[in-house]
Amino acid sequence: MKPFIVCEHVDFGYENQDAVIDLNLTIDPGDYLCIVGANGSGKSTLIKGLLGLLAPTAGTLAVAEELRRGGIGYLPQQTAAQRDFPATVREVVLSGTLNSRKNRPFYSRAEKNLAEQGMERLGITKLQNRCYRELSGGQQQRVLIARALCATEQMLILDEPITGLDPSAIQEFYRLIRKLNQEDRITIVMVSHDIRSVISQAGKILHLQQRTLFFGPAADYAASEAGKGFLEG
Amino acid sequence: MIQEMLSYPFLVRALLGGVLVSLCAALLGVSLVLKRYSMIGDGLSHVSFGALSIAVAVGWQPLALSIPVVTVAAFLLLRLTENSRIKSDAAIAMISASSLAAGIVVTSLTTGMTTDVSSYMFGSILAMSRQDVLLSILLSGVVLSLFVFCYNKIFAVTFDENFAKATGVRVGFYNTLIAVLTAVTIVLGMRMMGAMLISSLVIFPALTAMRIFKSFCGVVICSGILSVLCFCTGIVLSYQLSTPAGASVVMVNLGVYLLFTLASRLGVRQYKGKDMEV
Repeated sequence: MKPFIVCEHVDFGYENQDAVIDLNLTIDPGDYLCIVGANGSGKSTLIKGLLGLLAPTAGTLAVAEELRRGGIGYLPQQTAAQRDFPATVREVVLSGTLNSRKNRPFYSRAEKNLAEQGMERLGITKLQNRCYRELSGGQQQRVLIARALCATEQMLILDEPITGLDPSAIQEFYRLIRKLNQEDRITIVMVSHDIRSVISQAGKILHLQQRTLFFGPAADYAASEAGKGFLEG
Repeated sequence: MIQEMLSYPFLVRALLGGVLVSLCAALLGVSLVLKRYSMIGDGLSHVSFGALSIAVAVGWQPLALSIPVVTVAAFLLLRLTENSRIKSDAAIAMISASSLAAGIVVTSLTTGMTTDVSSYMFGSILAMSRQDVLLSILLSGVVLSLFVFCYNKIFAVTFDENFAKATGVRVGFYNTLIAVLTAVTIVLGMRMMGAMLISSLVIFPALTAMRIFKSFCGVVICSGILSVLCFCTGIVLSYQLSTPAGASVVMVNLGVYLLFTLASRLGVRQYKGKDMEV
């Protein structure tokens, strides 16, 4: 199978400052990749680049045709404004079906079905008329995943998804992501601080400190130079 | 009494123009308030005051100068808010104080501080001209069609800009559109409501609707209806009590807000009580 995304000697940056330098990265269909690194190491910039919101300043970034057509599902970091937003779960999930190619003013039957399937899959159908701001952190996260799944069936990019979740919700969250990855073959790219859990969950790890400190199977990470430094520090 | 009111052409214009402007302000306000841009409305009204004073001093058509100036200011304020390097609340406060000061200086140098200035500050029911009414019909046409035909996009942009961007919604375009429409709304409503009070039309209905409604759709519709009702009530009260129109409308808005707050508190208590019984 052809890889989804191939980066060769890619730099990403703003104006005159490079945030990511000389990145070589391959994301294959079905991968579970975790991006780790300290604050300011270029993780969020890389995510923007993968989403196509930021063009590389050097190197080549090749995105597979099917991914470009099907789109990438994105789970951004939650903002303070969202936590008390008056919107029903249904409204939020439906907004995932919006797509640049469709300029129709209203949601079609197919899009509504897609949203209903998404809610069913994440077990939030019962919550659909509840207000988003009244849900727990874990429930809100499910709503956002359902929304992202409306945008794609191929790849999910999650930016610091466990921030603000309580420990049991975190375990639940990892279970859910692993299920999506293994049973539904959805490619996962996740940025996380939670390095210890990530090693047991992910298939591949990318450790970023502007340059690549480590990129390879998660099993090898703990033994690597970068991994040792990060785990002990 | 209503019939008596409607026999004055200026009151009919004020009612028609005011209803349309407050409807637009309320709809746009939902998005602005939820995106934490409430201060933009306040900033723009002060810029509008500055532009208006200068236009009068130079002897130009007030709207011909203030609409472009305020639109540019709306762009600038949005850019400031997006650019996290500058503290946007401070920048807005600075811009609004400066343009207020510029307006006052220019007026006192030319015509002197007359009743005109006071009526810009606190509004005058006589301010709606035929041209203003026509413009507000046009404006509300644009705003209403935006909210009907691009409702889903507006929801996406308001709820989660980053996600909307990633799915290919033209976020910048919608932000700019909302800012420009807000600018025109404020310029149109300002002379009737007053520079100090116009931003309440943007903020109050959205906040009030959010007390009770839990869906975005509900908040948008309720906010529009509330805004129109509050405006009409305010004008009638102002006619009966001979109080300034703008201030009366704001007082009605405040009253309804408090009422909704009370209702939502009581509702929560009842809801909790039911939970306990189960």
